[in-house]
Amino acid sequence: MSTAPSRVIETTIGLEIHVELATSSKMFCGCEVAFAGEPNTRTCPVCLGLPGSLPVVNERALEHTIRIARALNCDVASHSFFARKNYFYPDMPKNYQISQYERPLGAGGVLEITGDFPTRRVGITRVHLEEDTGGSLHVGGSGRIADSEYSLEDFNRAGTPLVEIVTEPDIKSADEARAFVTELRAIVEALGVSDVRMEEGSLRVDANISVRNAGETEHGAKVEVKNMNSIRSVGRALEYEEGRQRAALISGDMPVQETRHFDEKAGTTSPMRTKEYAFDYRYFPDPDLVPFEPSDTWIASIERAMPELPVHKRSRLAEQYGLRPADIGILTTSTAIAEWFEEAASAYDGPAQKVANWIIADLFGLCNEAGIPLTECKISPRQLAGLVRLVDSGSISGKQAKQVLGGMFATGDDAALIAEKEGLEQLSDAGELSSVVDEVIAENPDAADKVRAGQMNTVGFLVGRVMRKTKGQANPKLVTDLLTQKLAP
Amino acid sequence: MTAGSGPPSGDGLVWRTATELARLLASGELSSVELTGALIERSDAVDPGINAYLHRTDELALEAAGAADARRSRGEAASPFDGVPVAYKDIFVTRGVPTTCGSKILEGWVPPYDATVVERCHGAGLPMLGKTNLDQFAMGSSTENSGFFPSRNPWDTGRVPGGSSGGSAAAVAAGAVPWAWGTDTGGSVRQPGGLCGLVGAKPTYGRISRYGMIAFASSLDQASPLTRSVEDAAALMAIAAGHDPCDSTSIPSPAENYLDGIDGGIEGLRFGIIKEFTGEGSQPGVRARVDDAYTRLEKLGATLQEVSMPSFQHGIPAYYLIAPAEASSNLARFDGVRYGSRVAGDTNIVTMNSMTRDEGFGAEVKRRIMIGTYALSAGFYDAYYGKAQRVRTLIIQDLRRAYESVDLIVCPTSPTTAFKLGERTDDPLAMYLSDVYTVPFNLSGNPAVSVPCGLSSDDGLPVGLQIVAKTLDEKTMFRAAYAFEKDLGFAGSPEGRPRL
Amino acid sequence: MDIDSGTVDYVARLARLALSDEEREQMRAELSDILEHAGRIRALDLDGVEPTSHPVRLLNVARPDEVRPSLSQEEALACAPAAENGRFKVPRIIEEA
Repeated sequence: MSTAPSRVIETTIGLEIHVELATSSKMFCGCEVAFAGEPNTRTCPVCLGLPGSLPVVNERALEHTIRIARALNCDVASHSFFARKNYFYPDMPKNYQISQYERPLGAGGVLEITGDFPTRRVGITRVHLEEDTGGSLHVGGSGRIADSEYSLEDFNRAGTPLVEIVTEPDIKSADEARAFVTELRAIVEALGVSDVRMEEGSLRVDANISVRNAGETEHGAKVEVKNMNSIRSVGRALEYEEGRQRAALISGDMPVQETRHFDEKAGTTSPMRTKEYAFDYRYFPDPDLVPFEPSDTWIASIERAMPELPVHKRSRLAEQYGLRPADIGILTTSTAIAEWFEEAASAYDGPAQKVANWIIADLFGLCNEAGIPLTECKISPRQLAGLVRLVDSGSISGKQAKQVLGGMFATGDDAALIAEKEGLEQLSDAGELSSVVDEVIAENPDAADKVRAGQMNTVGFLVGRVMRKTKGQANPKLVTDLLTQKLAP
Repeated sequence: MTAGSGPPSGDGLVWRTATELARLLASGELSSVELTGALIERSDAVDPGINAYLHRTDELALEAAGAADARRSRGEAASPFDGVPVAYKDIFVTRGVPTTCGSKILEGWVPPYDATVVERCHGAGLPMLGKTNLDQFAMGSSTENSGFFPSRNPWDTGRVPGGSSGGSAAAVAAGAVPWAWGTDTGGSVRQPGGLCGLVGAKPTYGRISRYGMIAFASSLDQASPLTRSVEDAAALMAIAAGHDPCDSTSIPSPAENYLDGIDGGIEGLRFGIIKEFTGEGSQPGVRARVDDAYTRLEKLGATLQEVSMPSFQHGIPAYYLIAPAEASSNLARFDGVRYGSRVAGDTNIVTMNSMTRDEGFGAEVKRRIMIGTYALSAGFYDAYYGKAQRVRTLIIQDLRRAYESVDLIVCPTSPTTAFKLGERTDDPLAMYLSDVYTVPFNLSGNPAVSVPCGLSSDDGLPVGLQIVAKTLDEKTMFRAAYAFEKDLGFAGSPEGRPRL
Repeated sequence: MDIDSGTVDYVARLARLALSDEEREQMRAELSDILEHAGRIRALDLDGVEPTSHPVRLLNVARPDEVRPSLSQEEALACAPAAENGRFKVPRIIEEA
């Protein structure tokens, strides 16, 4: 993407990630947390900011936050409290957001990421808990604020628990950033605390990026990049922005500190106006809430109940099943997929790589086409294992197995049943095959002579002839063996 | 000057305490409908002269009174006070009944829910007579900051009833209602109580739920009764007190029966007199009554000793930084978006917010929002708000130390008697300084009651004596106030009420 | 202490108060006065004294994660100064005038 630079320029990236928690009720009131729905149907005096209303903390949201903090190797605060972040915006019912400032629930963690780059340890500055805002619709223009005539506010989302994760500026490239978000997403998904769907807004990523000449101690002007709505966009946006800043640096036209909006279609970023003094949030401890001192026993029980994290799952899968690293990566993008695989692998009881291959090369494709996740397809893990065993036994060929898989996908029937129904069972009877092989040898004397003379690659031609005579149903391995035997020098 | 003429009262129904009325209802001598009717009549008669009410709910009250009578006739009284009407400062959110917080910015707002205090009183069977006037958003000491009109002191209608709960105080003092709810953030129930010859009792912070009580300063606000007797105050407070899961700052322990042992007397109780409250700046007539009160306490068997509170001199500055700071944040929600008034026009959100707030809020509210915003802003937080929160710690420490050698603290409620309307409106600072005796106990969270200690020799206007107990020791506070009240014989006497 | 008009404007903008010229000047004078008095505590040496946010020491107050009934859309919008299609209508959102 970028041409070789004439000098070495370093990129520095820090990420600010918001995770919407999948609790049943909101952060400070009992309204239901759900995606979409008729506007303003999940509000109450508290999340609507009516005069006189008061917040009460959702215990499960606290628990989930501590879970996330520990999964990111953070220290959990012994004393933590909520603070008010004061600013005016119509999607904020109280015109302050209850958040955390001085004593976040988690701090000082680290997450290691790997990829096509040297292993990177990314520091986690803080993990804190806050409430989400409502949603705005901007009417009268393109849908963006700048050319709107007026706006419409829906407070269904207002008050949803939100965990904010801020990284140290330890990330050095767009690739690393993408890998970080991917890994973080997998972790949070494994914890079961959020849907983490970027397209639904339950995972949001903002980035801060700057460049400087190698060797400089001062960081360049920090540019905030917003509106990256998928993991892919994170990569594209940061790649673009990095390129833009590098070019500016090289040309002497220094990048300025600003906020930029990523345009999905164009793949570029453009400046967003912001209010400088809006940063005077006047944080102070929220007097309507009391501080939290999570007990050691509570934290310990949360840790004990921690599910297997992706990093541990990956090493266990490597050790237990001997899978290729790339495949492990794919199979661990979600807990559900990993579980499915393991169930199939246990049921198979042979080299797990075979099962993995079938899932990755074939089954995923069928699922994607049908638009359903692996866990919802009609084939059970046990049934996939059955298919692989059927191929191993020689009853059907590998090629036929793909056809069988398609049948299983459509009907949910066992592999053996499909194979029988479609008459796919291979001819594996040596006696029967023997006569066909003899026929072919007789019909192709020149080829047969070549094989006798030692030209083994001609065997394939003869195998093909046998396959044609048997309408593809002969067991190719058996055929090859028979030919080799009969045409031994 | 006295208020307009009303029906001859004397020992009439309208001057009875809630406790007395409860007895009459229980014995069947009186029905709630009769009582409520009499109070409605009384309110009609006196309110034009005192402007206590912002909104009357006569029909709802009579309906509730009827229901109370029906329950009593079935022997199923909801509480000992079933059928005794009450009024609420218009800062308590009431479902289906307009609530303005005394401000034009909330004009027309009809809440979809009830404050917990209101809910508990409804549950005890108290019919609601109406919503009373206040300094808007509870910011003021005279009710002159109401967005609608000032209330007047029934003792002298050219004077203020105090504030911010002036409407409730005026209503009770004029016999329009037996008892009423106010809120006390810096003295807003004790001071009007003192100026109107009533009992004004603030509980320990967190004792009564703040849910549905429009917030001024969250760490200082408490619902507080205004009544004609100590017994009534103890009873009304007990009805509302106790843990509320809707308020995170609500104290978990269950409420107590404050009437229990209230007549135990004060023999042997140790009272502390604050050395730093020299009485400088106090009206001589007020000082005289307070000194008399100290003498009376000793006569009743209590001992008095001096306690020193060096931090108290910083009480006003700390209060006038903390309260506005919290208020500036609490009042940010009034922006013309979801409820209340809006300055319309073809404009943008910022202009709409700003103009709505500038027009809807009164001058004092704007002043405090500005102070509070400034005190919290970048670069000033540590010097102002941060310092004030530390002064608060010192005040709490001084009190804790004092309570090692005394059981109660006693001092005046207010440096002066009720001042004239318009006398202090041009000098906000002078207005603030009159809170000097009350604010330290909001900062510390201690329970405190103002009980009448007579009429000032200067001007014949009521003087209040303040008794402050340890946190959660409302019982001792009420016991002391009760003993004093009984011995003084002011409450319930003809001298103890204005000539209306 | 003297607060200048620029500061008053800054604070008024943060607080979304559209002060008239008259109001601004009066506010400037009053704030200066009040902050002078309140600001006397600035001189106090209070290092080593912890700040108090809550007069009563409570910790760990939380509620179980349970859904409770919400207001209906009608109730939520009942007092809205302006509404459209079930949403609260507000004038054009700008970054700042």
